[in-house]
Amino acid sequence: MTDRPTSRESTGDAMTTPATTRTTPPPDAPAPGATGGVTDAPAPSRATSPAARRARRDGRARLLVSLASLVGGIGVWWVLCLLGFQLPTPAAVLSRGVELALSGALWTDTWASLRRVLAGFLLGVVAAVPVGFLMGWYAPVRAVLDPWIQFFRMIPPLAIIPLAIVLLGIDEGPRIFVIFLASFLANVVSTYQGVVSVDRTLINAARVLGAKDGTIFLRVVVPASTPFILVGMRIGLGAAWATVVAAELIAAQDGLGRSMQKAQLYYQIDTIFVGLVMIGLLGLAMDRLLLLAEKKLTGWRERR
Amino acid sequence: MTTHTPHDGTGAPWGAPDAEPKIRFRGVTRTFDLGREEFVALGGVDLDVADQEFVTIVGPSGCGKSTMLNILAGLDAPTTGEVTVDGVPVDGPSPDRGVIFQQYALFPWLTVRKNVEFGLKVAGVGAAERRARAEHFIDLVGLTAFADAYPKTLSGGMKQRCAIARAYAVDPQVLLMDEPFGALDALTRVTLQEQLLQTWSQERRTVAFITHDVDEAVFLANRVVVMAARPGRIHEIVPVDLPYPRTEDVRLSPEFAEIRNRVWHAVYHQQAAPAA
Repeated sequence: MTDRPTSRESTGDAMTTPATTRTTPPPDAPAPGATGGVTDAPAPSRATSPAARRARRDGRARLLVSLASLVGGIGVWWVLCLLGFQLPTPAAVLSRGVELALSGALWTDTWASLRRVLAGFLLGVVAAVPVGFLMGWYAPVRAVLDPWIQFFRMIPPLAIIPLAIVLLGIDEGPRIFVIFLASFLANVVSTYQGVVSVDRTLINAARVLGAKDGTIFLRVVVPASTPFILVGMRIGLGAAWATVVAAELIAAQDGLGRSMQKAQLYYQIDTIFVGLVMIGLLGLAMDRLLLLAEKKLTGWRERR
Repeated sequence: MTTHTPHDGTGAPWGAPDAEPKIRFRGVTRTFDLGREEFVALGGVDLDVADQEFVTIVGPSGCGKSTMLNILAGLDAPTTGEVTVDGVPVDGPSPDRGVIFQQYALFPWLTVRKNVEFGLKVAGVGAAERRARAEHFIDLVGLTAFADAYPKTLSGGMKQRCAIARAYAVDPQVLLMDEPFGALDALTRVTLQEQLLQTWSQERRTVAFITHDVDEAVFLANRVVVMAARPGRIHEIVPVDLPYPRTEDVRLSPEFAEIRNRVWHAVYHQQAAPAA
């Protein structure tokens, strides 16, 4: 293992260690505790430590750079419009967005897409996590399911749509199904990767402490795989958004993808831009939420 | 090989030479099937360890010392022969035999306190008693100020102290340590050796401790078991006639140097020994 003693302990141990100055400890003194008391000063509280302050300052600086980059990008877009490219200006897109929002069309379409993404994505996660655990924990299950999962992973969800429409009709069914499939495949692969990569030593450590299989699964395998599951959810979410728009382009009465396709027929480029911006913002917001969950749930991980 | 009774020259309070041994290896072999050939990790090991004895096991890599410990822990099974603890054959892991791993094996998603409480929780001990017992052992290894810290914030030495507290918390009869200080720097290692002996003197257990380090082996043990490789077997057992508490004076004494030399020769000049 590569971890170095933290400055806290290396200082502490060094202070108690020099061979030449140490006297013989009394035989029955509670030396480990006493040494520990001297060695281990309480951890500095997070809010005030220089490292925390530096991290906050770095965070603010990064945010400023990101904002500047955003403003700069919009500026470039505007300049391109002025140079004569066939693009709506940011102002035109904004006013179109306000117009669509006021008419309610934007919200109807956004809600239709969001509903599909959430339904398909969540169904995918709910189905994938237990299947992934079973595949990771029981080699025979893995042997049975793995070829199928690898096979379906190679088929773009879009290619399933014609079949799904034939089999499931033209309602929400086929659309939610393909999103479910995209989300399921991303999540199942990462969940079982998480289970198979659980450190054997941790499982042995639990066993020698008296844990049986059920306990090991709940108290070791599940927490150890959580980081993998969350990464799978972020990938699955991206796949879900990619799929919903495509599904709506092919067959839908509403949704952001549908509105963009209609706009294409009438050459309303600004409406297309409104749809794109909306999808980007929603995807970003949901990804941030997952990132936040990752931070909360897997903050214990060691960064190497 | 003859039955080794515990050496009693240290004045240590374990039983008379004819007392029932705590741990007994009888004709233990372990072979691994490598397809075309077999690898003999252990080729017949007999060893008795007395109650509350501290035994260290040293030897070149491939001498089967980790295999011995895994069999004793119940994480591996002998090909032939038997290992008993208190006369009962070892059959799978048990909280009676605590293991401390070189790589600490702390659960990174649990705080120090929750790590130490893990085995108690598994055993169904109530929250209040769990907390009290955990606190006692966290204090014993000097991690009280870090009870609510996560392992990632601890240094290697502190992690291993936490692992020692976790092993002690379930009140095992036997502690098995597989090169626990192998990944630590030399200064931390010396400190932890002394702390381990102090902990052991307060909470006396039977300890089997594997190491590569001859100094460490002599400093800690009542007896040093020197192993030989190909096939893995016991080469020589060296009693350590030094008083506890083992202080720095002991470490720098001529008696220590003499025993250390003997163990060193046993480890590094094994060719002269008769084949087992």
